[in-house]
Amino acid sequence: MTSTIDRAVGARSLARVEGVDKVTGRARYAYEYDADGAAYAWPVQATIAKGSVTGVDVDSVLGRDGVIGVLWHGNAPRLRDTGDPVVAVLQKPDVAYRGQVVGLVVALTSEAAREAAQQLPVHYATTDHDSVLRADHPSLYEPDRVNPDSDTDSVIGDADKAFGESAVRVDVTYRTPAEHNNPMEPHATTATWEGNSLTVQDSNQGGQVVRDTLAKAFAIEPGDVRVINAHVGGGFGSKGTPRPNVVLTAMAARVVGRPVKLALTRQQQFSMVGYRTPTIQRMRLGADADGALNSLSHDVIEQTGTTKEFAEQSAIISRVMYAAPNRRTAHALVTLDVPVPSWMRAPGECPGSFALESAMDELAVAAGVDPVELRIRNEPAVDPEEGTPFSSRHLVECLREGAERFGWVGRDPRPGRQRIGRWLVGSGVASSTYPVNIVPATARVAVDGEGRYTVSINATDIGTGARTALLQIGAEALGVGTDRVTILIGDTRLPRAGLAGGSMGTNSWGWAVHKAATKLADQLAAMSGAVGPEGLEVTEGTAADVKAMESFSRHAFGAQFVEVRVNVDSGEIRVPRMVGVFAAGRIVNARTARSQLIGGMTMGLSMALHEEGLMDAQFGDYANHDLATYHIASNADIGDIDVSWLEEDDPHLGGTATKGIGEIGIVGTAAAIANAVYHATGVRLRSLPLHLEDLLAAPNMR
Amino acid sequence: MTSTGRDSTTSELALRVNGETRALTLDNRTSLLDALREHLGLTGSKKGCDHGQCGACTVLVDGRRVNSCLTLAVAVQDRTVVTIEGLSGDDSLDPMQQAFIDRDAFQCGYCTPGQICSAVAMLDEADAGWPSAVTAPDVTTFHGRRGLDADEVRERMSGNLCRCGAYVNIVPAILDVAGAQA
Repeated sequence: MTSTIDRAVGARSLARVEGVDKVTGRARYAYEYDADGAAYAWPVQATIAKGSVTGVDVDSVLGRDGVIGVLWHGNAPRLRDTGDPVVAVLQKPDVAYRGQVVGLVVALTSEAAREAAQQLPVHYATTDHDSVLRADHPSLYEPDRVNPDSDTDSVIGDADKAFGESAVRVDVTYRTPAEHNNPMEPHATTATWEGNSLTVQDSNQGGQVVRDTLAKAFAIEPGDVRVINAHVGGGFGSKGTPRPNVVLTAMAARVVGRPVKLALTRQQQFSMVGYRTPTIQRMRLGADADGALNSLSHDVIEQTGTTKEFAEQSAIISRVMYAAPNRRTAHALVTLDVPVPSWMRAPGECPGSFALESAMDELAVAAGVDPVELRIRNEPAVDPEEGTPFSSRHLVECLREGAERFGWVGRDPRPGRQRIGRWLVGSGVASSTYPVNIVPATARVAVDGEGRYTVSINATDIGTGARTALLQIGAEALGVGTDRVTILIGDTRLPRAGLAGGSMGTNSWGWAVHKAATKLADQLAAMSGAVGPEGLEVTEGTAADVKAMESFSRHAFGAQFVEVRVNVDSGEIRVPRMVGVFAAGRIVNARTARSQLIGGMTMGLSMALHEEGLMDAQFGDYANHDLATYHIASNADIGDIDVSWLEEDDPHLGGTATKGIGEIGIVGTAAAIANAVYHATGVRLRSLPLHLEDLLAAPNMR
Repeated sequence: MTSTGRDSTTSELALRVNGETRALTLDNRTSLLDALREHLGLTGSKKGCDHGQCGACTVLVDGRRVNSCLTLAVAVQDRTVVTIEGLSGDDSLDPMQQAFIDRDAFQCGYCTPGQICSAVAMLDEADAGWPSAVTAPDVTTFHGRRGLDADEVRERMSGNLCRCGAYVNIVPAILDVAGAQA
C-alpha cells in the first residue's frame, strides 16, 4: 500500500477524452439524434393509485392538431414476456400505482403530443389503495433473497442473548425516506425501425440488457436490435434496467411507421424509473465497557410494489463492517400500491450505512469511547460472517489518515461545546464500504497499418470517466501513449459487456480490455512489430477468468469526516468541509476518480439534508414531483471536500486490480453529518433528511 | 392548425442565434429551448426539467442568462441568442469551456452547457456591479469579477443543478477564469 494522496494530479490523470464534446454541446444524448420525420410521443399516466382502465376516448384527440397515434392497452401491440413486468407497458387494464403509463400519444410536434396527452380522457374503475410503509403493517413478509442475490437473513451466535448481557447497549430505530435518483438527463429514447430491424438511441446504463429486452418484447432477433448510448446524462441506478420509455418509443415507432422520440418529463421520472425505498431500520448494538461489540443486530423493513418484488439489501453492510461474535441481519418487505423501488447509488450500503454508522456513534457516546477509536477497536481479522480473508482491507488506515487530515485529534467529545457567533459547531465520522463486483466482458483491440490502435467494447460512460479509464488501461497494456489509441463504447455492435452499475465497470470492462490489449501487444512483440497494411486485432473475454477467481471477501473501504455548523436561531445546518479517505484498490485515473468520490459525497450530503419523497396517503403517490419540491444539493450547499485515497496493491482482484469507486463515496456520508449534528447540538436525529425544526427545541440552541 | 390571422396557432419568426438569423414557422407554444433543440439542430442546450428549476437549458439572451425552457421562442424575435455552440470557435474553446475541462468540472456533461453559459453571464453580472445574497450588505455595487470568491460563485451559480456533484470543481474553474480575464 502506498499513499498517493499528494499525487492527485499526477501522470495518470488524463482529462476526459470526451471533454471537448461535452463543453461545446457536441456530445449527443439519446434524444438528440437526427431521425428523419420523427414524431413525438408523450406518455399518459394513471391518475388513480389502484384499479383498472375501463376505456380511453381515443377519438377525442386522434387526427387533431397533428396527433397521429393514441395507444392504450385496448389497442397497443402485444408484447412478448421479457421477464421484467416493469416494461410490459400497455398490456393490461390493471393500474398498480399512480403514475403508471396507461396511454401514449404520438404527434407531429412535441407541443401537440403534450397537449393531447393532457386532454386524453381515461376512464377508470378505482379500488382502495394502500401506499404507506409502516413497521406494524400486517402484510410484512420476508423475501426469498435480497438484491442482487444475497441471503435475506444471517444469524451467527445468539445476538439477543448477548445483547441482554452486554454492559453497554444501543437499541434504536432509524428511518430513511423514499429518494429519487434524478439524473440530470431524464430518460429518453429515439427509435427507428427499418423493416424488422430496430435502432434505438437510448439513455441507459447498459445497452446489452436493453437490446435483449427489446428483442424479446418485439419477438425479433437480438442481432436485429441496435442500442446506442454514446453519452448518458447520469443514471445513478435508474437507467440500469430498461424503463418504459424505451419500449413505448419502439412500440410507437412501429405503429406510426416512422421514427419516434420520447423524453420523460422531470415529473414523470418520479414514478417511472425506480427510486430508493424508504427504510425502517432497528439497530441493536451490545458492547463491553470498552466498546468491543458482543452483539450486532440490524433489522430492516422496506417497501416493494405489486408489479414485481424489489428487496433492497440495506442490512448487508452490517455483515462486513465490524467484528462481533453474536450477530443477526434481517430484511422484511411490505407490498404496497406504489411504483417498484429499484437501484439508487449504492443500493443497500447507502441507507444501511446511515443506521449502522449512526448507531456506532451512539455506542461511542454510550461507552465513552472516541468514535474513531471505537471503530478501530471493532476491526475484524477476517470477514465477520463469511470467515473468509479479506483480499485487502484498510479501513483502520483510512480512519487514521482521515482523522489526521481533518484535525480530529483533541476533539472535545461533549456535544454543544463549540460555538462561533450564532452557530454551533460539531464534527462527525463514519466508515464507508462497498463490495467489489466483477462480471464477464469482451473487448476487441486492433492495430491498423499506420500503428493506430482501437479499443472496442460495449461499455457505458454515464459520467464516471469509463471512456477515459478504459483508454488508459488499453494504452498501458499496449505500452503506447494514449494519443495513439481510440476508444469506442456505447453501441451494441461492439463486443458484449455488462452495465455501468455496482461500481463494476472498470473492474469488468477494464479486465477484458487489459486482456485483449496484452495479447495484442504480445503478438506484436513476437512479430517484432511488423504489421501489414491489413492490421491485426484480438478479441478476448473474461468469463473463465471471473469464474476462476479465488474465494476472498473483496470490498473497498473508506472513512468520512465532516464539520457542521448549526444556526441556533433557525436550525439551519451547513457543512463547510468534508474529508474522505478511501482504499479501493488501484486508482486508474486520479482526476476522474477524485470527481467520482466527491460526487458520491455530494450526493450523500444531499441525502442527509434535502432529499425526501413525501407520500400523500390520500392520493397514494409521492407528492413532490419536481426539482422545486424534491430538493437536491445545489452549489451553495457544498463547501470544501477533501478526497484522497490509499492505493492498494491487491493481487486478488481482477486484471485491473481495481475495486470500483462509483458508489462508496455516498456510503456513510449521511451518518457522518448526522453524527456531527449530534456533536454540535446534543440532538440525535434518527430520520433523514435532517429537519431543522427537530433541532430548535434543544437546550444548546438557546 | 391555422397559420395566419388573429386565431393563428403558429408564427413566422426570425431568431438570431449565434450570429446567424434563422427563419422559422413555429407553434406558438414552442419554447426557446425546443426551438433550438428541435428546429435549429442546436442540441447543446439541455432539457433537464422544462420548468426553470435546474438550469440545464441556460442560454444567453442579449448577453444575460435565461432559462430557455421558460422563454417562448416568439418572445425573443428581436433579441440576440447565444448558446453553448456559439461560445466556441471551430477550433478554439471559450476560456470557460477550457477551464471546465482543466478542472474536471463535469461528469455526465448534461448540466455542463448550462453551467458554462450561466458562468459566462455571471461574470458579466459581477462586472456590472450586481451584488448577490452573500455579498456584504453595505456593498451596493459589486467590485467586478476579481472580487468573486468561492462563496460568491457558489451562491451565484446555485440556479444550475449538477446531480453528479461537480460543484467542488465548477467553483475553481469559474474562479480561474474570473482571475485570468479581469
